[in-house]
Amino acid sequence: MDKKLEKIVQALQEKFGVTHEEFRGEVHVFVKAENIVDALTLLRDKYEFELLSALTATDYYEQHVEPRFHVIYQLSSLAQNITVQLRVAVNGDQPKVPSAAGVYDTANWREREVFDMFGIQFEGHPDPRRILTPEGMEAHPLRKDFPLGYEEPQFTFNYDDIDLKKIYAKE
Amino acid sequence: MGVEQKLGNMGIVTTKLEELVNWSRTNAMWPMLFGLACCAIEMMAAQASHFDMSRFGMELMRASPRQSDLMIVAGRVSRKMAPVVRRLYDQMPEPKWAIAMGDCASCGGVFNNYAILQGVDEIIPVDVYVAGCPPRPEALIHGIVTLYEKVKADKFVTPA
Amino acid sequence: MAQLEEVSYEPFKHLVSERALTGETMLLNMGPQHPSTHGVLRLLLELDGETIVNAIPDIGYLHTGVEKNMESKTYLKAEVMTDRLDYMNTTGNNLAYCMAVEKLIDLDVPERAQVIRVIVTELQRIASHLVFMGAFGLDLAAMSMFLYCFREREYIMDILELCSGQRMMTTYFRPGGVWRDVPEEFDSAVRNFIKIFPKRVDEYEALLTKNPILLDRLVGIGILDAKTALSHGVTGPTLRASGVNWDLRKARPYIGYEQYDFNVPVRTEGDTFARYIVHIEEFRESLKIVEQGLEKLKKLPGKPVNSDNRKFVPPPRAEVGVSMEALIHHFKFWTEGFPAPKASIYSAVESPRGELGVYLEGNGGPKPHRVHMRTPSFDNLSAINKMVQGHLVADLVAILASIDIVLGDIDR
Repeated sequence: MDKKLEKIVQALQEKFGVTHEEFRGEVHVFVKAENIVDALTLLRDKYEFELLSALTATDYYEQHVEPRFHVIYQLSSLAQNITVQLRVAVNGDQPKVPSAAGVYDTANWREREVFDMFGIQFEGHPDPRRILTPEGMEAHPLRKDFPLGYEEPQFTFNYDDIDLKKIYAKE
Repeated sequence: MGVEQKLGNMGIVTTKLEELVNWSRTNAMWPMLFGLACCAIEMMAAQASHFDMSRFGMELMRASPRQSDLMIVAGRVSRKMAPVVRRLYDQMPEPKWAIAMGDCASCGGVFNNYAILQGVDEIIPVDVYVAGCPPRPEALIHGIVTLYEKVKADKFVTPA
Repeated sequence: MAQLEEVSYEPFKHLVSERALTGETMLLNMGPQHPSTHGVLRLLLELDGETIVNAIPDIGYLHTGVEKNMESKTYLKAEVMTDRLDYMNTTGNNLAYCMAVEKLIDLDVPERAQVIRVIVTELQRIASHLVFMGAFGLDLAAMSMFLYCFREREYIMDILELCSGQRMMTTYFRPGGVWRDVPEEFDSAVRNFIKIFPKRVDEYEALLTKNPILLDRLVGIGILDAKTALSHGVTGPTLRASGVNWDLRKARPYIGYEQYDFNVPVRTEGDTFARYIVHIEEFRESLKIVEQGLEKLKKLPGKPVNSDNRKFVPPPRAEVGVSMEALIHHFKFWTEGFPAPKASIYSAVESPRGELGVYLEGNGGPKPHRVHMRTPSFDNLSAINKMVQGHLVADLVAILASIDIVLGDIDR
């Protein structure tokens, strides 16, 4: 681990009792959901992590583990040229995380996207609407229990069946 | 619409008029300036200096559906975009044509999933399908020339 | 299929000013079918006369479900999807994804492949900036720019076709190297382009840079200060025009960018004109890199362009016919794919629009558990409201053109 990063992780450990993992030189810090806003604020103000590169989530539905979701915050520091990843584990039953939109402006849209795709609620979000999927959509497509939505390709043997569905194809 | 409805059975005159009208339709067909995704870039390339679609009477792309004859559906149509595409098509005046440019618009292409319409022919009638991901500008021009042939063969009065 | 309903302002109520609710300001819908939104972006504008009070982007009209679709494919097949994200920077997306896969499975890439990657990526960057310039000119009523830029773009498309057989969706880079070596004509084709292009860039500058009509429309329009830009996650030329010297090619060199000599153009004004100048300068810098790349390529003739790690890279065709082992590898590779460890990585490259990051997570099997593309246009667009406030509607067109958004990149 980078010397500069080591100090930061240590500081986070003392303050929020975080655990961390390392893989291929990347540091993943596990933060509790209630501490995430404080942790992000601390990293931004004290350790110059100006850029929230990515905010996304991942779903462990198939592996039957609790907590089901991980929300991922990828941070970059331009001044020190280091990156760190914060991860927040969230339960699958009504997942909720405090919103980071007050810390980084980009979190506003990114959290909307995560809500849209995974159904994770961000408490205190200024604009909690869907962002990518059409209005009126109920499901959250990137959840592992959501089907891909595969449609049968049209071949000679099922040509007419599929053509029936395409009402305008013969017009 | 228009000239077809006013025609009676005028025999030889009709054939000649048909030819004249169809010829004029093919040589000034204005496509709609309507790009969705990757294919729109190739459609722009087809319009630009190297391929120059204006050789086929298409120098003018109209952003308004009210002024255009041809809709080139260039790219994947998402479920959110589908109602918009349909409304744009409805706003075009008759006679109107549609080209499904690229695999995504023709059949969904590589995106067989929840978000993409499996072919734009689910929502609008399509005259010519152009294959390719994205089709080369030459392929698009070929598609347009194919459409011209179709338009030229258009009969106003169906023989009894 | 969802039905198109009457536009209702109810969902946007908390985003507009109070004056809109009393009817003092006007709400105007722009897009998704509009010639200046660069695709299918919809903007809800709150106008006071012709001055913009608020601009509320509504995205998702090109939502493709790429991330979900990639989860259902093997690592190699999923690469095909990345091309279609940011369709102006196709090889750049391939590069980001391949680098992520290589990092996840710890795969080495031979030097010749890296040099080819640098050359092709930089050519693609020029092609992307050319489309930017063309569309930028078109939006600002400089129609000839569009024709000129697309003329030069054809050179690059021909080079890409020479390498990969496709003009746009190349899938030329593969995990562990490139699909196959560049053909013999590659060198002369690129050299021809290098010879022609600098003069053409001067031509663009002669047309635009000192054009008083253009300057009136660009200078001082859409100012984005560095702090706001960073908070919004803005990267790439848009950030560099705001005075932040941040280029991943310099900051965290990958595929051997540390061996190339090039500058990162930075402007401090943060306005639309600065963003235009940064793009123009990047033409010249990218060309420098391509030229150095060609020299490097010359020194590595006949060297392999693919890793020889047979677990992750298919054996050469000639070997499959004679070696039993190669045949087994070939078969396993193309049917089952290769497994990746149960871990996650994040790797980022500098695309023409900014930081293109890939979050890739394996689950021990041949298919990715989760792929997330951190696309630069998404964050760049999120700052649009801060840029357009107080400007005229016509300025919005210039600002939108200058941040160089690609809708495929935003909606994924």
